[in-house]
This record gives sequence, C-alpha cells and structure tokens, in this order.
Amino acid sequence: MVLKVFFPQCCNRAASGLLVGRWLPGRDTAVVLAVIHYPFIPSTVKQYLQKVQAQSQVPVEVLGSWSMPSEKQEGLDSFLRDLRTIFPQGRWLQVSREVGKTGFSCQLLPLALGEGGGGVGGFGASCPHGGGMEGGLNYFEMSHWQSEGREASIHGGADEAGLHPALPAAGLGGWAPSHAVSVVSAVLSYRLCPLRKANVLVSVLLDVFLGLLFISWLYREQRLARLASALMPAADRVSKELQELLQWLMGAPAGLKMNRALDQVLGRFFLYHIHLWISYLRLLAPFLEVILWYGGLSAALGLTFALSLLSDMLALLTFHIYCFYVYGARLYCMKLYGLCSLWRLFRGRKWNVLRQRVDSCCYDLDQLFIGTLLFTILLFLLPTTALYYLVFTMLRLMVVALQGMLHLSVDLINSFPVFALGLRVFTPYRLAEGVKFRVLSDEPGTALHLLMEMNALGFGSVVQTYRTPTYSCYPPDSWGALLRKLFVGELVFPWKRKTTKTD
Amino acid sequence: MDDEKYTDINGKPITLDYQRHSSFCTEFIVSSPKVSIGTVMVATSFVWIFAYAVFCLTDNTAVLSSAIIITLIGMMLYIHFVKIDHESLLVIGSLGIQLSSSYASGREHTSFIEMSKIKDIVINEAIYMHQIIYYLCILLRDPADASAVSSVVPLFPSSKPRLNCLVKVYKTCQEIISKC
Repeated sequence: MVLKVFFPQCCNRAASGLLVGRWLPGRDTAVVLAVIHYPFIPSTVKQYLQKVQAQSQVPVEVLGSWSMPSEKQEGLDSFLRDLRTIFPQGRWLQVSREVGKTGFSCQLLPLALGEGGGGVGGFGASCPHGGGMEGGLNYFEMSHWQSEGREASIHGGADEAGLHPALPAAGLGGWAPSHAVSVVSAVLSYRLCPLRKANVLVSVLLDVFLGLLFISWLYREQRLARLASALMPAADRVSKELQELLQWLMGAPAGLKMNRALDQVLGRFFLYHIHLWISYLRLLAPFLEVILWYGGLSAALGLTFALSLLSDMLALLTFHIYCFYVYGARLYCMKLYGLCSLWRLFRGRKWNVLRQRVDSCCYDLDQLFIGTLLFTILLFLLPTTALYYLVFTMLRLMVVALQGMLHLSVDLINSFPVFALGLRVFTPYRLAEGVKFRVLSDEPGTALHLLMEMNALGFGSVVQTYRTPTYSCYPPDSWGALLRKLFVGELVFPWKRKTTKTD
Repeated sequence: MDDEKYTDINGKPITLDYQRHSSFCTEFIVSSPKVSIGTVMVATSFVWIFAYAVFCLTDNTAVLSSAIIITLIGMMLYIHFVKIDHESLLVIGSLGIQLSSSYASGREHTSFIEMSKIKDIVINEAIYMHQIIYYLCILLRDPADASAVSSVVPLFPSSKPRLNCLVKVYKTCQEIISKC
C-alpha cells in the first residue's frame, strides 16, 4: 500500500524535531502540520497539543520525527529515538533529509505494544516543566504550515513503500482548518458568500465612478445645451424620413404595383399619425433641456442609471414607430386569419373550436358565394398590407436592437465580477480550482518528491462562476419562435417577463 | 526515450517523451510540430498583399496600418490560445492523473483528477469528420452510481497520436492503476 505524507514547504528547512499533524483515516496518509524544533519539553508539547485539539476539534497528534542533521546538534539521534517512548503512537514516521539534497527518506515504524509512555526526563531543556504552565509557545519553537504567511506550496516525499504527494495548507487563517486537509481537496477558495457581496459592492462603486466620469464629461463646454438643441431637429428629421418613406410606399415601391385605394388610405392614416406626433414633440421642445439636465444628473447614481434612462427616452421618442408596427401587425394578422378561414371554406371545411380541429362542413350557396368574393378581395389586398407590415416591422426591430444593446451594456456593468478578477490577478492562490503536481526529485534511494501547488482558476471560469445574477428580462422567444411570430403577424414583446399575467 | 517514429492522425510527426520517475509514477509528454516559419510568412504576405490591393483601390492608409495591427494581434492570439506546443500526462499511482497542455507562448493549462474519481483508462474509437480514429480517454466514476460512468475525459486532444503511441501509454497507465 502506498504511503503518502504531506509536508509543508516551510518545514523543509526546519531544524530537527517532532512532526505534529494528523493521520487521515483509512488512507495511509499523514498530514504534517508543524515541526516542533529541538529542544523542547515533551510535557508542554502534550499540553499544547491538547489545547489546540480542544479549540479546533481536529485530532492533532504527534506523527513522528524529522531530522535534518547539522553540525551543531549532538545527541540528536538518540533524542529522536527516545521520542518514540515519550509519545506513544501506533505508527511512527521518521523523515530525514540531508542538507543540500532535495530527496527525503522516510520510514514508517510501528510501535511495539508494551512500550508505554515514560516520564519526562531532562533533555537539556531550558525551562523546568511542571504543572500549570500555559502558553506552551514560549517554551518551544515550531514551524507550521502557515509560517510563510500564506499558503505555501508543500513538498512531499515518497519512499520505497509509497508515495508522498504534498498538500498545500488548506484553509485560511486558524491553526487547524475546520475543513480538514484531505488528500487533494485543496480547492482553496474564499467562502463564496462574502465574495459575492464584495463583487456587488465593487460593481456598484465602479458604476457610480463611471457615472460621475460621464457627468463630468457631459456637463462641460455646454455639451448638454448643444445636445438638447440638436435633439428636436433630429426628431424632425426622423419624422420627415418616415413621411418620405410613406410617400414612396404610396407610389410604386420597388416596382411593385400596389392597390391604389388601400394604399392611399393606409398612407394617409399613417401620415396623419406622424403629424400628430411631431406636434406633440414641438409642445415638449421648451422643456427638453431641463429634462435632459436633470436626467443627466441621475448618472451620479451610476452609469447604468443613465443608460436605462437613455433606453427609456429612446422608447418614448420612437413611440410612433411602435404604434405603426402594432397597426400594421394587427391588419396583417387579421388578413391572414381571414384568408386561412376562407381558404378552408373553399375546400368545404371549417375549424371546429370545440374539438380544436378542422372538420368538413356543408355550406349554403350564398355562404360560398360571399366567401369566395371576400377571399379574392383579401388575397389581392395582401401584398399591400404585407409590404406595410414588413417596413414597419423592420423599423421596430431596429429600435428594439438599439434598446437591446443598451440593456446588454447595463447588464454587463452590473454582472461583471470585477472584484473576483482583481483577486485572480493579484492573489491567484485564493481562487483555486484544484492542484497541480510537479516532480522534484526521483533519485532511486530516496522517496519520490512532488511539489503540489494551487492551480488557479482560469479567467473565463472566474467570470462564469462569480457573475452576479441580474434580474434583466431576456427575450422569452427563441429565434425560431420569433420568426414564426413575425411571419404570422403575432405581436412580439421583447421585454416581457415570464410571469403569469394574462394579456 | 524511444526513437520509434510516431505520427498523429494527419500524418504529421510527433514525439513521445516517456519518463519513469518511480514504480508508481510516470510522465508522458507528446510534442506537436512547431509553427513553421514558411506558414507564417505565407499567411503574413497574403494578408499584406490583400491590404495593399485594397489600399490601391481606396487610397486610404488606415487600411495598411490596420492590416499590420490585425496581423500582429492575430499572431499573438494564435500562439497564446490556439497553438499547443506539448501535452503531458503525469500518472501518480494512488493519487491521481494530471493532464497538462502548454501553449506556444508558454502558458500552461493543467487539470488534476483524483484516483477515487477515475474508473478506468481506455482506448476508444470515435468518428472524427470522415475518419474513425482511436483516442485514449479517462472514464470518470459517477458519484451516485458506482458502476456507471459519469463522463469521459479525452487525453491528448490536440496532438491526436495514432494507435501505436496510444498503446504504449495505455499499457504503462494500466500497470500503475491496477496496482493501487
């Protein structure tokens, strides 16, 4: 069975001493959390371990000994061997390393039964032991997995018996992480909740900052006054273009021959509507600058505010296009409906509303006669209506596209996880999606060394995972459904939410 | 460390580097052929000749500068996001399998799969455009159902080595996985 030992990188250079950590149940894996340097007093160590265990509920225990022999320490080998008697454990891990080499050598020794823990002898410890000594840290030094300040990558070693991959110190803060260090569960990440809140806060701040920037640009050099004075002529020009379009439709558009009477009726109706609209705008003209001034100030609440306001203003200014679309669509829809029904009459069939299907039906002669007349009338008037419908639908779709782009940019500013991206750029080890390994040393006599590092999340995954959900209403129809609705003449509502409202 | 010639499914030569770190750990690196200077020159000159033709028609120098910028940015994006230099597979017995692909600009993308999630490594067949190819893949265990396969992770997806290379990798991986 392969034996794995997880070893913090900072402890790689630690002086010889005691290995403290825990065994992971059932997996032959040891996680070293700290190395307590020689010299120390075993009883204070035991007290300290008990205190830590009580505070963190993680079963921290003594794993074995670590030796990196240097010239100054004599008597170390015997000390390390005697440690086994002081700390009775089921398994004793002995890890050692030569100065200047990267390879570790590890050995696992089972403790023979019958050797009990002996008393504490004098090992040259500087402080007397006794009861009631708290604050064990004062009496021994140790290097533990957070010695280097943040999660350091950890070396591991493997020996003939097995393989020791390393485990990065998981968890933030705290001596013993509550979510236990398990074999490759180093999906170290900030807890999700505070990160989302931070994202929202940073997005809002960025929004307000952009809005203030926009205001400072807009209110300078009389730009707003110029914009207001340019708006009326622009609206006038749009109306004039529409009128010219209608005149073109009333003539022979693209060489098609329209039905003269219907053409004139529809054209004059729409022209009158435009005339009404222009009068309405002229009424509004003197107040336009004031409205724009206060509207622009609203950008102080955020650029998204100003963009939404702009989208609404666009909708108001192009209201006549929306009206034309509705008229054209309704006319077209009714015409198609009539045509379908009369076509069924031609073939001697009828729509059965009760059974929701087409049934055969016996018509009278006068019903057939009138039906045929109406059918021909509707059929020959179809191109005219269809052309008007087509033109106004195109216009409406253009306006909807413009509004859609504004909505999308608002959505983007709101949902983009700026804070998470910043974290990813500056402290990538906080947003990790896994671990990665690199072979450090595979010398035949020693254990296999692997370096385990945090594998930071890719930028695309960061954006996808930490996107703030927004409540914008996306179009409920798919492209196919949209095309079908347009063809049939059904009205298309692009911003309708999926609620249970009835029309 | 073999000198046998390996090719990918399109016939281009690839190299397989095999390192046995210990009895439990091996690493395979499959390297694709590098970007050839000939292709780069042909592509660049094609774009620039086209831009010059448009410039002669429209007499607008912005066309030329935009062509240069497009070429540069296109090449940067290509070597950073598209062109894979080598792909490696590190199998560590009883720990897991690590797949890594490194791009021509040096960027590396690594993913590690724990041994407990791995059901098996198999060579599978797939219909790829107009041909049927062999590919090596890792079958992942379904957490709910122990005998079902939840997903398949293909190995060496951009190098696409042929069967002789795959068999070599397969045999070594099976040795390691079956031991633990």
